[in-house]
Amino acid sequence: MAEVMSLTEAVSTFVSDGDIIALEGFTHLIPFAVGHEIIRQGRRDLTLVRMTPDVLYDQMIGAGCARKLIFSWGGNPGVGSLHRFRDAVEHGWPRPLEIEEHSHAGMAARYVAGASGLPFGVLRGYSGTSFADYTDTIAEIICPFTGERLTAVPALRPDVGVIHAQQADRHGNIGLWGIQGVQKEAVLSAARSIVTVEEIVDVLDSRVTVTLPSWVVSAIAVVPGGAHPSYAHDYSERDNGFYVAWEEIARDRETFTSWADEFIVRRQSAGVL
Amino acid sequence: MSEASADEIMTVVAARELKDRVVCFVGIGLPSTAANLARRMHAPNAVLVYESGTIGAKPTRPPLSIGDGELADTADAVVSVPEIFSYWLQAGRVDVGFLGAAQVDRFGNINTTVVGDYRMPKVRLPGAGGAPEIAASAKETFIMLRQSSRAFVCELDFCTSVGNHEGGDSRDALGMTGGGPSVIITDIGVLRPEAVTREFVLTALHPGRTEAEAIAATGWPLRISEQLTATDPPTEAELSTLRALKAGVA
Repeated sequence: MAEVMSLTEAVSTFVSDGDIIALEGFTHLIPFAVGHEIIRQGRRDLTLVRMTPDVLYDQMIGAGCARKLIFSWGGNPGVGSLHRFRDAVEHGWPRPLEIEEHSHAGMAARYVAGASGLPFGVLRGYSGTSFADYTDTIAEIICPFTGERLTAVPALRPDVGVIHAQQADRHGNIGLWGIQGVQKEAVLSAARSIVTVEEIVDVLDSRVTVTLPSWVVSAIAVVPGGAHPSYAHDYSERDNGFYVAWEEIARDRETFTSWADEFIVRRQSAGVL
Repeated sequence: MSEASADEIMTVVAARELKDRVVCFVGIGLPSTAANLARRMHAPNAVLVYESGTIGAKPTRPPLSIGDGELADTADAVVSVPEIFSYWLQAGRVDVGFLGAAQVDRFGNINTTVVGDYRMPKVRLPGAGGAPEIAASAKETFIMLRQSSRAFVCELDFCTSVGNHEGGDSRDALGMTGGGPSVIITDIGVLRPEAVTREFVLTALHPGRTEAEAIAATGWPLRISEQLTATDPPTEAELSTLRALKAGVA
């Protein structure tokens, strides 16, 4: 049963050094506030899982939280590079970053397998590409019924799944709508989960398209705006200006470090309780 | 009206390739702009599918990201990411996939992963996203990128998305369900695959461009089609619609 707690308590209770952790949200509903709290609490050696690492993982990688990244697209959408991610891969700063690289369809299949309690997922993909030369979690299989050559990818089973959503109700059921990404799979594939929400309501909104019952969620923290500069549909707009500005903030190590110090490390934990 | 820029010509030419009622899987940037231009010109019933799970999106201006809220607000359906890739893309419901590239080879294979060695890259690029399965499963793919000898290479540093593989019928042997790349649209001209070899050759030049320019901007010995044509310049209507679209007033 989900327990409502502060963001600080949720992260200190459920996220440990060395964990495999998936903070999901496909452009929409990215749980930035949780990522920032993880940086503030100084978590280290995390394996970060996420389809689109985005600005949030750029910040967590630059802050030295990550040992490894499992991902399928590491850019700043519509803007360009993730400079902290690139610096870690190209120069090992602030520490070397091991990468395990897939395509979106491969990652999606891995999450679905994890959420389903199956050992692997299947897709049409990867054949003829260079992925299998560098990623050992890709294997060819033959369909036992048709003889077709397909690709198997192992289930993702994070220690912690983290998402942002619009609402929780008084019983701790989670409701979200708009672009759904792999929010559901990130929670259902993980051993523990943290969900930040815009607000707690008596009854979930009729616009809700994805519901996660209280008993599959570990912790709920109320953090209005907890997805910024991503957004929560019908609550906030995507702050495209911030994504554009990130290019200059992240390009340089010192600029990034002083930005992170001012806007993450020395900030109070977000959220209300 | 000021003259069309190289990117504008590229976008207009790409838009012309899209037929009405086509189901088109679009990435962000020039492909998204081209697909939205086509919808406002000759293809009002084109269905735009974004990998964020928005099917039939009708944005009023080109979105910055594939997950902008307007895509969900204007879509016929919003589905999860596992669903968009399995039920819609891999099941063969997409007619045209639009792909960009950092590197492309003579068979339309694409690299968007690294420049240089994978483990010690000169440039770490964003990676695959949805491209490998778009390239594998869409009935055909259109590739759009600026032409230069750094981008049009003899050998890819990494094959992210398979085009016509090693040429001939080698793509079919991989068991791909989609048809592969049918056109590469650049700022210089248009390339299409030869019938048997499946190698891309120059089939059209944009206004003011020359064969010599195209050859110099290609890292493999580019061949010129015997039926080389000249691209019709963008019309006033195409240009004004494109500019209004980008300004968010179309």
